[in-house]
Amino acid sequence: MSERQVEVEILRYDPETDQAPKLQSYSVPCQEEWVVLDAITYIKDHIDTTVSFRWSCHMAVCGSCGMMVNGEPALSCKSFLRDYPDKIRIEPLAHFPIVRDLVVQLDDFMEKLNRVKPYIIPKEKKSVSDGQHKQSPAQLKAFKQYTLCINCTLCYAACPQYGLVPDFIGPAAMALAHRYNLDSRDGGREQRQEVVATDEGVWECSFVGACSEVCPKQVDPAGAIQQMKIASTVDWYKEHLMPWSKP
Amino acid sequence: MEKIQIDIAIVGAGGAGLRAAIALAESDPNLRIALLSKVYPMRSHTCAAEGGAAGVIKGDDSLDLHFSDTVGGGDWLCDQDAVEYFINEAPKELTQLEHWGCPWSREPDGSVAVRPFGGMKIKRTWFAADKSGFHILHTLFQTSLQYPSIRRFDEFYTTDLLVEDGRCQGCTAIEMSTGLMYQFQAKSVIVCTGGAGRIFSFTTNGAIKTGDGMALAFRAGVALKDMEFVQYHPTGLPGTGILLTEGCRGEGGILVNKHGYRYLQDYGMGPEPPLGEPVLKTMELGPRDRLCQAFWHEQRKGNTVSTQWGDCVHLDLRHLGEKKINERLPFVRDLSISYVGKDPVHDLIPIRPVVHYMMGGIHTDINAATTMPGLYAAGECACVSINGANRLGSNSLTELLVFGKRAALNAIEYISSGGKDVDDAAVTKLANEAQGRITTLFQKSNGTETISGLRKEMTDTMEQGAGIYRTEESLKETCNKLNELRSRFSAVELNDKSNVFNTDLFSALELGAMLDVAETVAVGALERKESRGSHQRLDHTQRDDNNYLKHTVAYHDKTDPPRIDYLDVVITKSKPGVRDYSGDKK
Repeated sequence: MSERQVEVEILRYDPETDQAPKLQSYSVPCQEEWVVLDAITYIKDHIDTTVSFRWSCHMAVCGSCGMMVNGEPALSCKSFLRDYPDKIRIEPLAHFPIVRDLVVQLDDFMEKLNRVKPYIIPKEKKSVSDGQHKQSPAQLKAFKQYTLCINCTLCYAACPQYGLVPDFIGPAAMALAHRYNLDSRDGGREQRQEVVATDEGVWECSFVGACSEVCPKQVDPAGAIQQMKIASTVDWYKEHLMPWSKP
Repeated sequence: MEKIQIDIAIVGAGGAGLRAAIALAESDPNLRIALLSKVYPMRSHTCAAEGGAAGVIKGDDSLDLHFSDTVGGGDWLCDQDAVEYFINEAPKELTQLEHWGCPWSREPDGSVAVRPFGGMKIKRTWFAADKSGFHILHTLFQTSLQYPSIRRFDEFYTTDLLVEDGRCQGCTAIEMSTGLMYQFQAKSVIVCTGGAGRIFSFTTNGAIKTGDGMALAFRAGVALKDMEFVQYHPTGLPGTGILLTEGCRGEGGILVNKHGYRYLQDYGMGPEPPLGEPVLKTMELGPRDRLCQAFWHEQRKGNTVSTQWGDCVHLDLRHLGEKKINERLPFVRDLSISYVGKDPVHDLIPIRPVVHYMMGGIHTDINAATTMPGLYAAGECACVSINGANRLGSNSLTELLVFGKRAALNAIEYISSGGKDVDDAAVTKLANEAQGRITTLFQKSNGTETISGLRKEMTDTMEQGAGIYRTEESLKETCNKLNELRSRFSAVELNDKSNVFNTDLFSALELGAMLDVAETVAVGALERKESRGSHQRLDHTQRDDNNYLKHTVAYHDKTDPPRIDYLDVVITKSKPGVRDYSGDKK
C-alpha cells in the first residue's frame, strides 16, 4: 500500500490555558485508503496524545465525528484523503461553541431536538396487546427519508441562518418534526406546529439549501422545511379564510 | 464533590439503557432516574446494528421453533428458562417499538415484514432496511425525551460502582467537559454499557466499545460469565472491519472462494441450493461461528483471495439486482462503494470474519440481576445467558429490549422492598477514594508506557492467541502477555493535564477496563478444554458435555489472573444434541 505524507493542521484550544484557538500542524504518514479520521487518530496515538475529538463507529452512522475539513462541514470518518490535497485543515464545527480542540458544545442542539416533540403522539391509545399498526410501504415511504438523520449537526454548521440567529430551531430538528408529522401513526402535528410554525421555526429559514447539500445521509432538511412552510401557509388560509373548516 | 441523590442510576444510554429508563419512567413518574453515558445516547453503538431483531410474529412460526433455533445455535450453553422468557417477550417488545414509531419495513398489506437470518429455521427477523439498530436506538432515544423524570448525564464517564454493606449504592462519574467528579447515590444501579470488541484489533465495534461496564462490575466483585465466547461476524469489510449485515445473506447473497465456489457446502452446511433460492438454516444461512470457522479452513487450503488488506472471500449480491439492493440493503451498498470501492450491484465484495459480539458478560440471572444486591445489567454487557456459546444474529437487538425492561422492573421491585437507603457517609467516603485514584493517575509523572503502545500489544495478542481457533500454547502466551500488560499499565503517564475533555485520561481508563476484560476472555478460553460454538480449540476439538456443559465464571484479582469457577447450565426441555445445518441432507 502506498503512503503519502499529509500536513494536517488542527485547531487547538484548551480554555484552561489558551487565550484563543490556534492552528497546530502535524506531518502524518497516511495510507492511501485512509479517511481524515484515520489521520487524526494516528496523530493521537503516535504524535500528540493531547488532541481532543469525538469519534466512535467509523462507518458514518453514529454522528460523532463531524468537523470542518478545509472549511466544509464533513464526517471525518467518511472523508477520504484521496479527495484532498496534501495539506488539510481541521477545525471544530462552525456555529457551535468550542469545548476543547475539535469538541463542540451540543447543548443547544439537544434542547432544540427535544423541543420539537420528536416522538409519536398517538392518534388514539393503543396497547401492545392490540397488536401492530398497519402502515403501507407507501405510508412508510412518505416519512422514511426524514428518519435517516444521524444528528451529526453538519447542517447546523452549514446553515448561514443558524450562524446569524442562534434561536433558529435549525434543519435537523425541523426535519425530525416533519418526520413525525408525516407518520401515519402520529396525531401530534398541532402540538409541534406551536414550536415549528414560528419565527424561530420554518419562517426563519431563508432556503439557502446548504443543509441538504452537506447532509451525509441525504435527509434533505431544506425540503422538509419547505414542505412545512407550505403546510403552515395552508393552515393559515384555512384558519383566516375558511374558519368553519377548522376541526 | 457534587452529590446527586436518585433512586436508580443507569450506566450506558444505548438500546438497553434507554429501554430501561423508559420502563422506569413509565412505571412511576416520581422515580428519580439518572441516565449516565460517556457519549450522547444517539452515538451509542446500538446504532451500528444493521440486520434486525428477532421475534415470533408470523403465522408459520412458533415460540418453540425460536427456542430450539436459539438453544441449538448457542450449542446448548444457553440457560433455557431465560431463553423461554426472552422468546415470549420478544414479539411484545418489538410491537412496543412499532407503537413508538420505529420505521420497520413493511409487507404490501401494511404488516411488519420479516427476513431470514442465520441459524433461524423460519423468517422472523424484523428489520428497518439495513439500519435496524440505528432506528431502534433513535426511536428509543426520541421516545425517552417525553419523560421529564429521565435526567440525562450525557458525556459522563463512570469510574466506579459504590458498594457498601454488600449492596450497590451508586457510582462515581467524571463530567467529561469539566473533569469534575460526581457521586451518584442510588438505591440501585443498572449497567447497560454494551460490548468490548475493542480488545481485538480487527472488529466491527466502535471506539467506545471498551468493556467499561463489565470492568466496573468485575472489579466490584461480580463475576464475568462465559467470556471466552467471542463472536466473529463472517462478513466484515477488510481494512476497516466495517460490518456488512447478515441481512445480505438473508436476502439471498452468497459466499464464494477464489474459484467462485460456494465453499460452505464442504463444511456440513450443504447441499448448495440454486442461486436466489436460499434454504433457511443451511449454507449462507448457517450460524456465524460455523461460517467463520469455514473461512479459516479455506484460508489454510489456499482458497481465499489475496487483497491489499489480506485474505478474503467474496460476498456476491449481484443476482439480487439493483432494485432489491437499494430497497433492502442501501447502507451495505453505500459502505461497500465508499470503503472498498466495490458496488454490490456490479461487483463481488471482499469480506472476512471480524470480531463482532461478546456472548459473555456480567453474570446475571433471568431477572437481569447480578449476585450483588442492587446491581442489575442488561444488553451485551450482561450474560443472562440466552446466547450460550454462539449468538444467533438478530437476537441481541431484541435481548436489549427484553432484558433492559426486565432489569428496570426488577430494580423497582428491589428498591420498593424497603431498607435500601443509601449510607451517605460511607458512600461519600468511597466516592472520595475513587476520586483519589483518578487524581493519582492524573498526576503521575515519569511514566514509561504509552496508552496506544499497550493497547496495540493487547489487541495483537488477543488476535494471535484468542481468535477463531485457539490452542493451549497460543492461549498461554496470550494470558502471560495480558498479565504482563496489566502490571505495565501502572507505568502509564498522561501527557494531557487539562481538566477539559481530557481524552487522554478516558483512553487510559478504557484501556484499564479492556485489559481486565481481555484477561477473562483468555483465561476462560485456556481453561475450557473443549470446542463449543465460537470457542474452538485445535487441541480439544470435540464438545465435552461431561466436563464443560457449564458456564465459566471469572472473578477479579488485583494482581493475579482471574479466578475461574463453573456454574451449571439451566436445561429445561432441550437436551444437548447435534447442531445440524445441512437442511434435509442426512
